[in-house]
This record gives sequence, C-alpha cells and structure tokens, in this order.
Amino acid sequence: MDSSSFFGISTIAYILAMIIYIIYLAFRKTRIGIAATTITIVGFISQTLAIAMRWKEFNDLSGMGFLRSVPLTNLYESMIFFVWCLILGYLIIEFKYKNRSFGAFVTPIAGLALAFIDISGMSKDIHPLVPALQSNWLLAHVMMSFIAYAAFALSFSTGLMYLILTTEKRNESGYIFWTFILGTFVMLLFLMGIDFFTFRVAVKPDVFIKSYMFRASFLNPSIAIKILSWIAMMAIIVIVWRYGSFLKMVMDKFGISAETLDEITYKSIAVGFPVFTLGGLIFGAIWADQAWGTYWSWDPKETWSLITWFVYAFYLHSRMVRGWRGKKVAIVAVTGFVVAMFTYVGVNLLLSGLHSYGDIK
Amino acid sequence: MEQEKNKTFIDKIWDLFASVKFAIIIFALISLTSVVGTILEQKAEPAKNIQILSKIFGESLAPTLYNIFDKIGFMDMYHSWWFLTLLILFSANIVICSIERLPRIWKMVREPISPLTEEHLEKVSIKRELILRGKPEKVKDFVISAIKGAGFKVIESKEDKGYQLYSQKGSFTRLGVYITHSSILLILIGAFIGIFLGFKGFLPLPEGMSSPVVLLHNDSLTQTEAHEKEMILNAIWTSSGSISSSSATLGMDENTLKAKMHKYGIQPLGFTIRCDDFDVYFYGSSDLPKEYKSWLTVIDGGKEVLKKTIGVNDPLAYKSITFYQASYGMVPNAQGKFILRITPKSGAPEIKQLNLGERFIISGTTMEGTIRDFSRALSFDKQGRPITYAEMMNNPAVFIDFKEGGKEKYSGWILKRHPITAKLPEGHTVEFIDIWGVQYTGLQVRKDPGVWIVYLGCIVMSIGLFIAFFMSHRKLWVRIAEEKNSTKVIIGATTNKNRAAFERKINKIITLLSKKQEGEK
Repeated sequence: MDSSSFFGISTIAYILAMIIYIIYLAFRKTRIGIAATTITIVGFISQTLAIAMRWKEFNDLSGMGFLRSVPLTNLYESMIFFVWCLILGYLIIEFKYKNRSFGAFVTPIAGLALAFIDISGMSKDIHPLVPALQSNWLLAHVMMSFIAYAAFALSFSTGLMYLILTTEKRNESGYIFWTFILGTFVMLLFLMGIDFFTFRVAVKPDVFIKSYMFRASFLNPSIAIKILSWIAMMAIIVIVWRYGSFLKMVMDKFGISAETLDEITYKSIAVGFPVFTLGGLIFGAIWADQAWGTYWSWDPKETWSLITWFVYAFYLHSRMVRGWRGKKVAIVAVTGFVVAMFTYVGVNLLLSGLHSYGDIK
Repeated sequence: MEQEKNKTFIDKIWDLFASVKFAIIIFALISLTSVVGTILEQKAEPAKNIQILSKIFGESLAPTLYNIFDKIGFMDMYHSWWFLTLLILFSANIVICSIERLPRIWKMVREPISPLTEEHLEKVSIKRELILRGKPEKVKDFVISAIKGAGFKVIESKEDKGYQLYSQKGSFTRLGVYITHSSILLILIGAFIGIFLGFKGFLPLPEGMSSPVVLLHNDSLTQTEAHEKEMILNAIWTSSGSISSSSATLGMDENTLKAKMHKYGIQPLGFTIRCDDFDVYFYGSSDLPKEYKSWLTVIDGGKEVLKKTIGVNDPLAYKSITFYQASYGMVPNAQGKFILRITPKSGAPEIKQLNLGERFIISGTTMEGTIRDFSRALSFDKQGRPITYAEMMNNPAVFIDFKEGGKEKYSGWILKRHPITAKLPEGHTVEFIDIWGVQYTGLQVRKDPGVWIVYLGCIVMSIGLFIAFFMSHRKLWVRIAEEKNSTKVIIGATTNKNRAAFERKINKIITLLSKKQEGEK
C-alpha cells in the first residue's frame, strides 16, 4: 500500500468518527464513545504512516536530504498535517480530561478539511521544491505554523462550545455571535458543495477553486441567484439562531463545565501563541531575510499573520490584564481562529503575494 | 500655575496612552488598514488596483475611489506617514502601559517571602495536609530535604508548636511580559534604523558586466530626465563608482551630482560587483526550476577580493551589503558567445567560444561546423517545425551545419539539456555547454544596519515568551506542628500559572514524605 491509500483510510476514519461522535453526543452510550475514539485512533495511525511514507517518497524523489523533504510544501500537504496536529491535540485532551464530547466539535473540522481537499480538487501530486523553498527553515517554519493553527482550531472548538453552553437568550450578543459563526460556517460549506457539483465536471481541478468558488452562488452572473444566495445564507443563520438552544440542551447533558472549556481554550492559545510567534513570525522573518533580503515585506500572508497575532495577543491581554473571563474572551478566541483560517487558506485563494507556494494547483 | 496646567495636560496624554481603550483602538486601526493594504496591491500599476476596486465596488465608482485611496496613501500604505505614526503610537502605548504596571510587578518580584499566619494558610489556593509520626524536628529535616529535592531553597522560622518552612521560586518570571514587550520595541527600533540608515535596491546585471551602483527605485521619468539618468549612470560606470571623477566627466559639481543620484535612486556600493555567469537548472527534463545560480565577483580597490556562487537561499555579503538572487531574464538584443566543447573520436576535448555564424573545425579531421541558429527554448510543433516555446532559456539549443572536406554532410539541433544530441554519427561529440552574455541575473541588494537589532529582538522575544508562558512564580509554605505524639504537616502553595503542574509536584513531595516514613519502620 502506498501513502495515498493510507490517507484514504484516515479520511474515511475521521468522517466516520465525526458521525459516531455526534451519535455519541445524542445517545451518550459509553460503547459508542469507545468506538468513536478507536476509529479516531485508527485514522490517526494510518495518517501518521501516510505522512511518513510521503516524506520518504519525497525524499527519494528530490534527493535533497531528509530534513528538506518534509511534506509540507503545498496546500494539500499542509492541510493533511494540520488535520494530523488537530487530531493529536484532540486525543491528548480526550485522555487528559476524560471527556469525549469535544470529539463532536473537533472531528468535524478535521473531516471538513479533508473533504475540502477532495471537493476543491487540489493537486495531490508530489512536486519537487522550487528554489525558494529549498531551505532548512522550511521544516521549522511551516511545521510550527501548523502546530499553532491546530492549537488555535482546538481553542475555536472549545470557545464555540463555551458560548453555546453559557448563552441562552436570543438577544444576547454572545448567542448571536456563535449562531452567526456556526450558520456561516455551515452555509459556506454547503455552497462550496454546490459549486463542486455544478462546475466540477466542466473544468479541470486546478482551475476549479480559484475561478469557480461560489460561482454557483454569490458570484453567479445572474443577479437573482446572487440575491437568492444571500437570502439563503441569512435564512440558515436565522434558523441556527432560532433553534440554537437545542444544541445547548444536548451539551448540557454532558456535564462539561464551562470552566473546563474556558481553561482548554486558554491552554490551547497559550501553546499556540508562542509557537506561532516563534515558528510563524520569527522563523518566517529569518527565512525571508535569507531568501528575499527582507525580513518583513508586508506581503499579504505576513500582514494577515500579524493580524492573527494581534487578535490572540488581545485575547491574552484581556484575560491577564483586564481579568476578562468567559463569554467575552471566548468571542475573541473564536474570532482569532476565523482570522487564522483566513491567513492560512483565504490569503492563498483570494490575495496574491510572495507566499504563493500554498496555492491550490 | 503655568507649570501645573502643563503637567495635567501631560498627565492626560499619559493616561490616554495607558488606557486599554486606546490600545484597542490602535490595534484595530493597524489591523483594519493592513487588511485594506492586503487587498489593494502595494506599489502596483494603477490599472491593477482600479480593477480590484471595480470588482468590489463596481466599475463606475472604481476610478474615483482609486483617487481617494491614492491621495490617502493606500497604494503604498505601509510606508505612509500615518501608518508609521500608528506604529509609533503602538510602541508608545506598549512603553507607557508597561511603565504603569511595572512598580506593582517589581514589588512582587523583589518582595521576599514571609511566613503565613494560620488563617492565611487556610486561604491559599493549593492545600495539602498529612500526619507523620515522630517529633517535629525530625519531620522538619525530612520536609526540608524533600523540598530542596524539588528545587526550592528553604527558609525556616520557629513557631509555638513547631516550625514553618517557606520558599519561593521564579519570582523573576513575572517580568516575562516586560521582556516580550521590550523585544517588540527592539524590533521596531531595528526596523527604523534599517529604514533610515540602510537601503534596498535592485540590480539587473548581465553576464560579464559589473556595476559600482544599484538602483533604489525605478520611478517613471520624462524623456530629458531619463536621458540625464543614463548619462550619470554611464559616467559612474566608466569611473567605476568614483563620484569625484564622474562629476568631472559630467561637468557637474559633486553636490549636484549627489542630489541627482538621490533623485534617480542611484546608490553607490563603494565597490564593484560583477556577474561572471548565471544559470538555471531544471528538474530532470521538466521545466520546473531546481536552482538559480549566479557566479559573482567583488572588486574592491581594483582587486578581486571575493568570489561566490549565490543561490536563492544563499546570498553574498560584503562590507555590510548583501546580494540576493531575486530574478533573472534575457538581455534584449544581446549577441552571446556560444561555448562548445568539441571532442574528436580519438582526441582530447577542446573548448571553443564562438559567435553566431562562426565556423569551427573538429581537430584531426576535415569536418567543420557552422552555428546557423539559436533557440532559447527549443521545441517542435505538430508539423515538426522548430519553435521557441518560452521567454526564458528553458531549453537552449544551437543549429549546426556540418561539412566534410567542403561538402555538405548533415545539420541538426544540439541541445544543452540533452547531451545525447551532442553525439555525431562518426563518434565525435560537439557539446553545447552554454551561451554566455545573453542573460542577466536580478540581484536584490540590501544594506540594513538594523537587522542585528531585529534579530536580537527576535531572540529576546523568544526568551520573553518562554518565560511568560512556560515558567511561573511559585510560593510554598509548610507548617510543621506537633499534634498528639505525631506531627501534622500542612502544605500551602500558590502559583500564578500552570497550577496543575505545581500540584503534581507537591503531590510528589507528599508521596516522597510518606515513603520515607515507610522506610523508617
């Protein structure tokens, strides 16, 4: 078996785990929980094998040495690694806090990231490294950035759970915030799915995402469809807003304390922030200095990572200095991840700049 | 009177800068304007940004919006006065907020730990109790060795019924935040030094050419200006960088020349840099670039002082100026030299430099070849006709006519990247090594005396973050009191971070104590 079949196994396992974790959330049977954990672990092991194999394949192909052949050179590989870090972080939390209900919130991110790979049709081929990427900094810079992204993803899930758990009134700002975020998240994925089925057959995968994303909805030439998409988007958000209390009821049954969620959110950020600063910003700057002759060039990727850094710095300061706890900081944490995801994926898809290695093709 | 008024004004400013609201506003302003800066392409052609704007706001509004944004400085916003002002306000905010809070934190850092009263010990966040057999004196020795084993220095004081031991560790870690904040200032200071005392330039250098200057910018010029720039460049070039002799050639006084050089962005290096060769290497037979290499030589005071082959992640530095491999291209209308390696069937290889149309003889034979044609990227179309498929030298090839004893023999393409085409039927080889003098290497040139301060700032930031996130200020009190033939030990502790880890450590101490007692039996 080669790396791609192991990747296939892990994708299926994570999506299966996502479903079982959600069933577990609804029925709370220990056996179902154990099944979910087992399948997640199976997925994780086969993904680990797949990454190792791809690393070796890459090394054999490029002949550039082990450290420079780290499979983190395009969007596909980075997404795989992001999911791997996320699942690892989740498993650590599951064992440490002996609570499986986070699984229903973390595995969807993993499942969706992997589904995004297939929907977008991004290239899975191994490409040799362009000269700019041939550096020992690649390993440290990219790997640490993704460890940080995964830590931020965890804080996003627990932050969102915290908001779901602690807000009740529909006119409360925290409640409106989380239903808005969740509604948008669901809707964007749904619309990307429609794009996929409408245009995928017609065009090659590599042109698909840049030119056709949201072409079936927001960017449709027909104004009627455009307006309809916005209305649909709003409708979904309103539905999530109207029936959001149902999610809270489900979560209440689990007896996860809001404090635990707040603590995990903080701890994830307390790991993610220094790793992001060192690996993402500092190592990135040193590498840029070596390769491009400028440690900071206000390239969109750099600028957006600085904004991400600001948001999390704000989270930490509002907690430490102002003593904010609970809903306010949870909102900041959730916002931070939305910004981080834009830094990761959005910049590559929507803006142009020096960091074009992360492109889809 | 006057002075007091003054003071309150300064106080007001101070309070403003120390307020969190102000910090949030600055944060938000920097972030929001930066977002605009990532959407509008910086320092780009107007048409490009008008197109971006019309995508967002519609075509009718775009040109007006462009003019407004351009006036405010959004087309090069990271260098605009207001963005730099925001950065300076941001640093001022960090400094003042830190100073505001420093005295309180400093007190916590310097304050020696003191024993706690019984009521206070009740209230600390981490508490453990255990009863040990034996006299307090003996238990005290146990406890001291256990705490010392955990890395704490112990102070003891005598109390009515026994002792109190107390200790603290890592009080300095409360300064981690300040270390991090000062690193941000260091980085900004380094950046400003770089902006004001350094330069960033570009130098397209054709193979075989040398330059004593770099270009800092390429502003659009009127025809007369362009002509003047050309004249100045030529004069500097011929005098290999000497301002005084070029000013004599141009008939300008030195100050005028310097002002003009500043205007046109001509920056003397203080030495000369020469490009000996440039080459692109590809992966296998693909068009995927593997390496860009420039062979550079530094000439200082008329002597070659340094030679280095640079690549993308491997620059050359000389006298605090660094040269980076940034781009490459073809020199327009250049006539290059063809470099061939000719090896007769039974003979030694011979390197020849030839022009287009020039003849060469394969030594020891009557065979002669003539270079008839050249393609920088040879391919064949469906009908089998030769075409050039790329702008760059992706697949350089020469077309050579061979004659033997004056008679036409055969002709064909010899490709640099495909050595198999070099073999002739008679067993001779004619290899196409390179065409020299038709490419230029694009060098990014930088002088940045602030970069070491920025690096220092990065190191300080890493240390600061490590202290701030992974080290904590821990305090520990142990009360040892005699109670009914045995001794009661109360451990109280506080920490400002990572409580769980400290609790684990205390539990370890307790296990150690109980084990020791087991051992006593």
